[in-house]
Amino acid sequence: MAEVTYRDALRSTLIEEMERDHAVVLMGEDIGVYQGTFRVTADLLQRFGPKRVIDTPISELGFIGAAVGMAMLGLRPVVEVMTWNFSLLAFDQIINNAAKIRYFSGGQVDLPVVIRGPNGAGVQLSAQHSQSLEATYAHFPGLLVAAPATPAEAKGLLRTAIRGNDPVVFLENAALYGMKGEVADGEFALPFGKAEVARPGTDVTVVAYSRMVHLALAAAGQLAGDGINAEVINLRTLRPLDTQTIIASVTKTHRAVVVQEQWKPFGAAAEIAARIYEEAFDELDAPVERVTGADVPMPYARNLELLAVPHEGDIVKAVKKTLYRT
Amino acid sequence: MSAMEAKARVTPARHKTLGLTDKDVLDMYYYIALARALDERMWVLQRAGKAMFVISGPGHEGCQVGAMWPMDKQRDWFVPFYRSIAACLVKGMTASDMLLGLFARANDPSSGGRQMPGHYGHPRVKILSTSSPVGTQYPHGVGIAYAAKIRKTGEITMVAIGEGGTSQGDVHEAMNWAGIYKLPVIFVVENNAYAISVPLHKQVAGGNVAARAAGYGFPGVSADGSDVLECYRVAKEAHDRAKRGEGPTLLEFRVPRLGSHSSDDQQERYRTKEEIQADRRRDPLQTFRQYLESVAVMNEGTHKEITDRIKREIDEATDFADRSPLPEPDSGARYVFHEGD
Ligand SMILES: Cc1ncc(C[n+]2csc(CCOP(=O)(O)OP(=O)(O)O)c2C)c(N)n1
Ligand SMILES: [Mg+2]
Repeated sequence: MAEVTYRDALRSTLIEEMERDHAVVLMGEDIGVYQGTFRVTADLLQRFGPKRVIDTPISELGFIGAAVGMAMLGLRPVVEVMTWNFSLLAFDQIINNAAKIRYFSGGQVDLPVVIRGPNGAGVQLSAQHSQSLEATYAHFPGLLVAAPATPAEAKGLLRTAIRGNDPVVFLENAALYGMKGEVADGEFALPFGKAEVARPGTDVTVVAYSRMVHLALAAAGQLAGDGINAEVINLRTLRPLDTQTIIASVTKTHRAVVVQEQWKPFGAAAEIAARIYEEAFDELDAPVERVTGADVPMPYARNLELLAVPHEGDIVKAVKKTLYRT
Repeated sequence: MSAMEAKARVTPARHKTLGLTDKDVLDMYYYIALARALDERMWVLQRAGKAMFVISGPGHEGCQVGAMWPMDKQRDWFVPFYRSIAACLVKGMTASDMLLGLFARANDPSSGGRQMPGHYGHPRVKILSTSSPVGTQYPHGVGIAYAAKIRKTGEITMVAIGEGGTSQGDVHEAMNWAGIYKLPVIFVVENNAYAISVPLHKQVAGGNVAARAAGYGFPGVSADGSDVLECYRVAKEAHDRAKRGEGPTLLEFRVPRLGSHSSDDQQERYRTKEEIQADRRRDPLQTFRQYLESVAVMNEGTHKEITDRIKREIDEATDFADRSPLPEPDSGARYVFHEGD
């Protein structure tokens, strides 16, 4: 066990996997000399050389498309996007191609490509740098979607992503890169599709992922002061989605709040709430509550931005609503 | 009379042969110096914690002023990128317009505090809103030019980007379209030899941006971006071509990058001291000043007048922007959709 940052957990996993398997190559904008916008690839160019740590031109469609080609021919590219917002320029390669190639080949072609980078809001990055795209990507069959909330998850999920044979949308979070946490030594890996009960409780289930897990835990701490014992579930991956853990919890607590940073309409919380209704409707003592971002493109002005993202207090309020308390 | 002044009397000054008056070139200098001073002020404000983020264009001002000068400020369109401070000032934005954006104030004309600083837009002076993903402005510029052509308005569009941004497909798709329809558009590429840390040779295959125009059937010209008058000359030609209905031109301006990419960057991490020093010697603010002094259009006194005027303007603009209100909290939900006429 060692205490490391989320950033170092990612970086050391890249190093370990590159040492273990020479098919693993890294590519992205400013990942070499510059060492990555968030320093996740610090000194990797020196360690592995320019053939395996590739500074790409600014051409997301081009280099993600090339990564898809590399993956088809046996390489294991790990592509960094400066922010997931810029993956939208490569949408066709990700959705129409990466997500379809195994299917269209009748299962003959593996596509071991990982696309990783920060997702969601930062501090004053405005609408074209702040979007939370997890629901967008989780919508498409053929893509796995991971959203680690802690350094241990960053490590364990990234290892699984790199060793897997399907395209992975690996959603990091800018606010978490500096976060420290205990990470197991050795070839520690975490399975996709297995959520964690981050805090056991009895009165209400709060479902979250990525940075929102920390908001949910803080809210649970605050609620404990009011005598409310919330269970917090950290999803870790959205596709596959661990409905079993969610349903088991709701069966115990009979109440649920789902937290997401992105827009409410057609968002991840809508899907999770629908699963709860489908599989545990009779267990519910209150409607499922959703805590979400405001339904606007992210504004730059800090006062507007703070109004557009969910806060701890919003979760507390939603939990109390499911308990008919104010 | 100095030897230089004597020489200036014998051969007509370069700007005169290009049809520019002494007042023109002094005004051009004013805009270059204004852009630089504003740029420097923005960094000071950012360092002082008054702004979250700055992205600006020290070194790019000369080519921007030269290229914008032949454009009709009322009639023509400009589609900027984040370094286009000087170009936007010539086109009609003011120092306070830009500082309102830096401070994200309610009266920021670009976006009312919604978009990042440096993403200029101003419909009244025909500057189209800047988008963060690089390259996307090129097709917009082509669309405007297409609209102008079928509506026969005579409007000409200039669209700007960095050389790294030309790696995007959008840029090539846009140039292809413009070539097919011979659209009245001027494609500007401000080549500062870096895209954040990635050098030109890893970004632009062949290293020559201007050469790419040939593939799309229109002229591409590469000019020294520190030579303001040369930038003006090639832009004037491009403008005339567009006006005559002969179609697009690609202008590559080779400019020094005098600062870091943005306030989130330190260029010393990937550039040598020598290279940064060499770029400083190509500073258009200095080269143009030397030119103006060599032809006796500017002297110590006129230079001081201009500099003092700029300082006053920027101080006033800073105070004004600082005193301006933040966006109203409930305004955050507005302007997502049309709100009625
Ligand atoms: C699609 C997209 N990918 C990445 C970025 C991040 N980014 C912003 S500016 C920049 C470098 C642009 O270089 P260049 O076009 O040469 O312009 P310069 O900044 O050098 O003037 C990059 C990579 C972006 N804005 N958009
Ligand atoms: Mg550049």
